[in-house]
Amino acid sequence: MTGPTRIAFQNVSVRFPTPGGGDMQVVDNVSYDIRDREFVSVIGPSGCGKTTMMNIVAGFMQPTAGTVTLDGKQISSPGPDRGVIFQEYGVFPWLSVKDNIAFGLSLRANRAASAERDEICSRYMRLMGLAEFADAWPRMLSGGMRQRLALARAYAVKPQFLLMDEPFGALDAQTRSAMQDLLLEVLAAENKTVMLITHSVEEALYLSNRIVVMTARPTRIREVIEVPFAYPRTDALHESREFGELRSHIRNLVMQEYAQQALQRNPQPA
Amino acid sequence: MFTLAIRRDAYRPVQRIALIFLPWLLLLAGWYAIHYSGLINPALVPTPRDVFWRFIELSKTRLPMDVLMSTRRVFLGVLCGIALAVPIGFMLGWYKGIRTFIDPLINFFRALPPIALIPLVIVYFGVDELAKTVILFYASFFAGVIVMYEGISQISPIYVRVARTLGATDAEIFRKVIVPLAVPHMLTALRVALGVAWATLVASELIAAQQGLGALIQNAGSFFQLDIIYVGIICIGFVALFMDMALRAIAKRFVSWQERIA
Repeated sequence: MTGPTRIAFQNVSVRFPTPGGGDMQVVDNVSYDIRDREFVSVIGPSGCGKTTMMNIVAGFMQPTAGTVTLDGKQISSPGPDRGVIFQEYGVFPWLSVKDNIAFGLSLRANRAASAERDEICSRYMRLMGLAEFADAWPRMLSGGMRQRLALARAYAVKPQFLLMDEPFGALDAQTRSAMQDLLLEVLAAENKTVMLITHSVEEALYLSNRIVVMTARPTRIREVIEVPFAYPRTDALHESREFGELRSHIRNLVMQEYAQQALQRNPQPA
Repeated sequence: MFTLAIRRDAYRPVQRIALIFLPWLLLLAGWYAIHYSGLINPALVPTPRDVFWRFIELSKTRLPMDVLMSTRRVFLGVLCGIALAVPIGFMLGWYKGIRTFIDPLINFFRALPPIALIPLVIVYFGVDELAKTVILFYASFFAGVIVMYEGISQISPIYVRVARTLGATDAEIFRKVIVPLAVPHMLTALRVALGVAWATLVASELIAAQQGLGALIQNAGSFFQLDIIYVGIICIGFVALFMDMALRAIAKRFVSWQERIA
């Protein structure tokens, strides 16, 4: 599963101005490559700067120092080659399920003829289990269905990359696990390069080829873990001994960094 | 509390009609009760029956013209007020930087009651139709602009972000994301402005109006014709109610994606 490098972080640092007039370093000198068709999860304490890293890849912001390149070219803006899935879904409430999926295809950047548009819409509605809800308003859908809709909408414009920021964070445990299986299924059908931001060690292990564990803020790479399990993966994997060992190893790392981050927020008297 | 949880379509049609008319019947009953209770001199409280017959009588003479004139003034004032309130409210809501400077100005003018401006309006715009339209324009603009910009400023930026990641240009984002999100707020602004404009109508018709519901009330006041005052007031209420219902029907078509009609 090791193809050419697609996304490269080179000595990336990010500083944000703080309300007090100072500035806060969020990302500290991160260098990392994401290769073609890889599924990379980024895990670390909340508020450490994981989302900032994804926002740079998505093109929403620029690093303060260093570069992030896509196929060797610096990323300067969002684009349909990188589909983004947010925790809060972002489905358009004023469009029906079908029109949400068709939205990207109606834009000049990826305009499709209406016959093709219909075909793409029905394919993804079927794949995501939304076929019966083509004309429903998003407010009628459950959280899991909304996230499937967001996924279908992102897929419809055929992105090469999928950037996901805590996509299943707002879902209950059962829906979350079903969504993980669905994601693996869809990825098996159409290969994409994926960057997933998550808090869940379990989720990262189950889905990815590699896991990047980040430190407390300002965030650096603590450790990169190769996940040795072959695809397709099934639920039984959770019970295997190797999965359990890796899980406790990563959980340990994350908890150490979490403690560090908590210490930053509420410093203990020495 | 539990009646609130019942959905509107959970009522059968007969029940619905009964529930719609019940508060009106109670109002009429209360009105008669006050008239006959002796708490107030009955000469000062015409009965609903008196008012109804006066209404029938006036319907054959000046009332249709009064309603028409007033409705036209409100319509024109609100149309102009909202035509300006929508773009300005949008700018204030969308570009947060501008708001810091403009907000105090808007609130300054919003606090001024239109009646207080009448002497100045007479000086600058005379006493004819233009002056009345100006007052109603003023009232509906400031009511509408606040609703519009509060609504727009609460639009979540996530929709714009999503559209960008799907490849939308700025023009496409405006047309396909911002406009649909702004429409419900425009309709709410229109409804609020209509309400305020009807409330301001009598004030605007203080300016030497011969015709209009405000004028009807003014004239009747000078001759102590209480029943005519009641007719005028009730007509304002009903015309405003019908306009609001029409607007809601329109809103329902445009914003059926929302849970409730704003």
